[in-house]
Amino acid sequence: MFWERLLRLDRRWIFLFVAVSVLLPLLFNLECHQVPTPIVRGIFDKLESLPPGSHVLLSFDYGPSTVPEISPMAHAVIRHCLERDLKVVFMALWATGQNLLTSTVDSVVKLEFPHKVNGTDYANFGYKAGNQGVINVIATDFYKMFTTDISGMPARTMPLMEDVENMSDMSLIISFGGGFPGIKEWVQFAGDVAHVPVAGGCTAVSAPLLYPYYPQQLIGLMGGIKGAAEYEAMLTHTYPKFDPLPKRGMLAMGPQTVAHLVIMFFIVVGNLAYFLSRSHKAKA
Amino acid sequence: MALTLFGVVLNRTGWVWLIAGWAALAGVAIAQPADMQMWSVKAQDRPSDAGDAVQLFWSPIAPAAEFICYIVQRAPAAEGPFETIATVVSIDTQYVDAAALTGDVYFYRVAALDSVEAGAADQTTSPADSLSAASPARTVDTIYTAVAGPVNSTAQWFNLRRLNQFLVIIILSAAIIYFISQARSGKQLYVRKIAGLQAMEEAIGRATEMGRPILFLPGIHDMDDVQTIAGLTILARVARTVAEYETTLNVPVSRSLVMTTARETIKEAYAAAGRPDSYNDNMVHYVTDEQFGYVAAVDGIMMRQKPATCLYMGAFFAESLIVAETGAEIGAIQIAGTAQPAQLPFFVAACDYTLIGEELFAASAYLSGEPRQLGSLKGQDVGKVMAMCALGLGAALLTLHSLVPGWPILANMADWVGKVFQVR
Amino acid sequence: MGFVLIFAFFIPHHPFDALGEDVTVFFDIVAVFAFILGGGNLLRMHGNHIYTRHKDRWFSAVTLAGFLLMLFAGLFKIGQEGWCGAVDQPGAWFNNIYTATFDPLQSTMYALLAFFVASASFRAFRAKNREATILLVAAFIVLLGRTPAGDYATDWLPDSLSIFKVSNLANWIMSVPNLAGQRAIVIGIALGVVSLSLRVILGVERSHLGTDKS
Repeated sequence: MFWERLLRLDRRWIFLFVAVSVLLPLLFNLECHQVPTPIVRGIFDKLESLPPGSHVLLSFDYGPSTVPEISPMAHAVIRHCLERDLKVVFMALWATGQNLLTSTVDSVVKLEFPHKVNGTDYANFGYKAGNQGVINVIATDFYKMFTTDISGMPARTMPLMEDVENMSDMSLIISFGGGFPGIKEWVQFAGDVAHVPVAGGCTAVSAPLLYPYYPQQLIGLMGGIKGAAEYEAMLTHTYPKFDPLPKRGMLAMGPQTVAHLVIMFFIVVGNLAYFLSRSHKAKA
Repeated sequence: MALTLFGVVLNRTGWVWLIAGWAALAGVAIAQPADMQMWSVKAQDRPSDAGDAVQLFWSPIAPAAEFICYIVQRAPAAEGPFETIATVVSIDTQYVDAAALTGDVYFYRVAALDSVEAGAADQTTSPADSLSAASPARTVDTIYTAVAGPVNSTAQWFNLRRLNQFLVIIILSAAIIYFISQARSGKQLYVRKIAGLQAMEEAIGRATEMGRPILFLPGIHDMDDVQTIAGLTILARVARTVAEYETTLNVPVSRSLVMTTARETIKEAYAAAGRPDSYNDNMVHYVTDEQFGYVAAVDGIMMRQKPATCLYMGAFFAESLIVAETGAEIGAIQIAGTAQPAQLPFFVAACDYTLIGEELFAASAYLSGEPRQLGSLKGQDVGKVMAMCALGLGAALLTLHSLVPGWPILANMADWVGKVFQVR
Repeated sequence: MGFVLIFAFFIPHHPFDALGEDVTVFFDIVAVFAFILGGGNLLRMHGNHIYTRHKDRWFSAVTLAGFLLMLFAGLFKIGQEGWCGAVDQPGAWFNNIYTATFDPLQSTMYALLAFFVASASFRAFRAKNREATILLVAAFIVLLGRTPAGDYATDWLPDSLSIFKVSNLANWIMSVPNLAGQRAIVIGIALGVVSLSLRVILGVERSHLGTDKS
């Protein structure tokens, strides 16, 4: 019977449907209007409120698997920071984060902000092993962990680090990542200890676990690609010069919307097939 | 001999400001008016630490709006030389000197600055030097407190800030030990049925009947994660049953230490079941530390070997749905257990049975049926009662406060309940 | 040792203040040496598959080739100047292979989740009873609320009924009932960890060490 055959549908048909539903919006560049939520706006407003020259620490705590979700938000935040002439300190607590950090600096900072000087406007300190132990140490003494940046430039003599001794000298810490170590560790070991505002960008799956920290311990949180899309929407609205650049977060909302609708469709079809085949069996 | 004196400034609101004056070389001391004691700094050893910090508190200087920041200075003697150790924004009135060495004696003073230039000029060791460099017409820019000290930082033997956590641990441990002793004395303890654990033996029997292997994944974390230990305790029970049934067991692992531990576990389980010769080291094999490399290898094993039973017990992350869906595809019976709340929905959706959170840690005790271990399950219920009481009390107090805002005592009590369980 | 570390958490005096971190470092050192065992096991097992012409020997060949290639590229710094320095320098074979194969493969595996979520939803989400139906309705609201489609669907609602806008409902579901459930699970987990840890420290639970003698 048709409904029973539908219940036993080969899952490769489902995969094909999902693949097409994700591809088509990408091919047709379907962009959707974004309404920023307060939890994402918190980060944006904080960066807007910081005076030029304030130090912001960005920690790349994710790996290649979550690049599609987290990279768009990282790029948007970096553009925002550099546009506002904030001093950006880059680092990573994940070994895989260092590579992503270096490629982000090369593709975003050096290409889009060529006038920014390494060591004066930003610095890349790379990866340091030790998980939350690293945060614990730099909360009181940054140079105990990072004596040089990844190119070997001494940290203490950098103009960027002139007034920086530890995390207390940062105006904001933003951690990108949804695993361990990540946003929770930054809140516990830097935010609570050094009393520095902490914000985060994480995968959609990790976001619910971090909601309890908002708004007291986390001033904002970008959850998944939707968070990235909202941030990009606010950025391009406030700074139209970024409009021509690829907005990967906003572009991803089209496939996400269609994919969600496809999943809902399959849930409805599955339930229909289940109940109709059950009633058919009951009648038989 | 020059006598250097700051003028006294009377501000618009009528506050009288005391300006400290120093006599350079002549040593003439200017008596400080009694008002100076209004603005002073207090230095004390930071309590409950390793003897590496000194706490400083000072009252805010008024009017605060005229002052942009405070600078904190430290010296080994009351006479100086003072060095600036920190600049604090004007809204903060405390500072922790975390560079203090245990046992060393320090003296501190704080200065309020009303301009950046004053701050720049004041990086010298005494205000007299900065004044002498200033023009005679220069107005007063810096106000100092009296010197506080001597203070030395000492280490304490108990962190009083964690007293609440200590008490909770004592109560919980006492409850667990009490119920263990109750169980040893022969008292029957009721433990509710856990469907996933009851199905374990049936699942192993299914694999035996079908002549297909059993796949066991102890998670992707190392031996320092208690979930992995929980997974291995379950593996010991499973291995014993597998040894008795003479089924094939396959345990691909993600960490080398887990590999060595799991081998010992299974070897002993086989020996206890009287089948030491059936044990083979290749039952447990290392794949890779990398999360998705591991799950790709496991998926390949599942698709090729088609195990009849898949057991996932330990710490899992994004790979949870991938392995569970692959297991569903091959028609295996799947029992999963993890303490990662974010992964539980995926296991619940894709697996036949799921051990949720604490059920994973209770599994070993449950499967052994040993009274001592079941007693420990009973003991942790005391912790649950404590948590429920605290949650209920806090929620009730805050709800009452929102209904009756004129009683701040309710909010204070709710705050107190929160502080009792605060982790520091 | 277990009790020492527990008490060290409450004793700030040296040497207890750094005991936890030191033991973590000791563990890391032991784990690094244990890695040699893991790598050796990998080589031995897959080498054996190839030698005995096991039916899956080609998979083992690919595994060994990848393992040895990355090992030698990193050890001997192929493509880099000199014998020292980080392996992620431009031009380094290790870096190039990592960027060209590892990065895309990781992203691919993670992307599989999207397909598996769809197939799991089709297979498992059945409104068999009241609780399952409530779960299904909540899932629909969150799925819609996390996309602009939800905003379009309920934008027309007046501000007085803004709580019924799908995105607000989705946020409420995630941050109230979902979070309450997760917190309860986390509290249970914490208590379970205490109970298991105490059993292990007291020696009541020894099966993971390979002995279960009372």
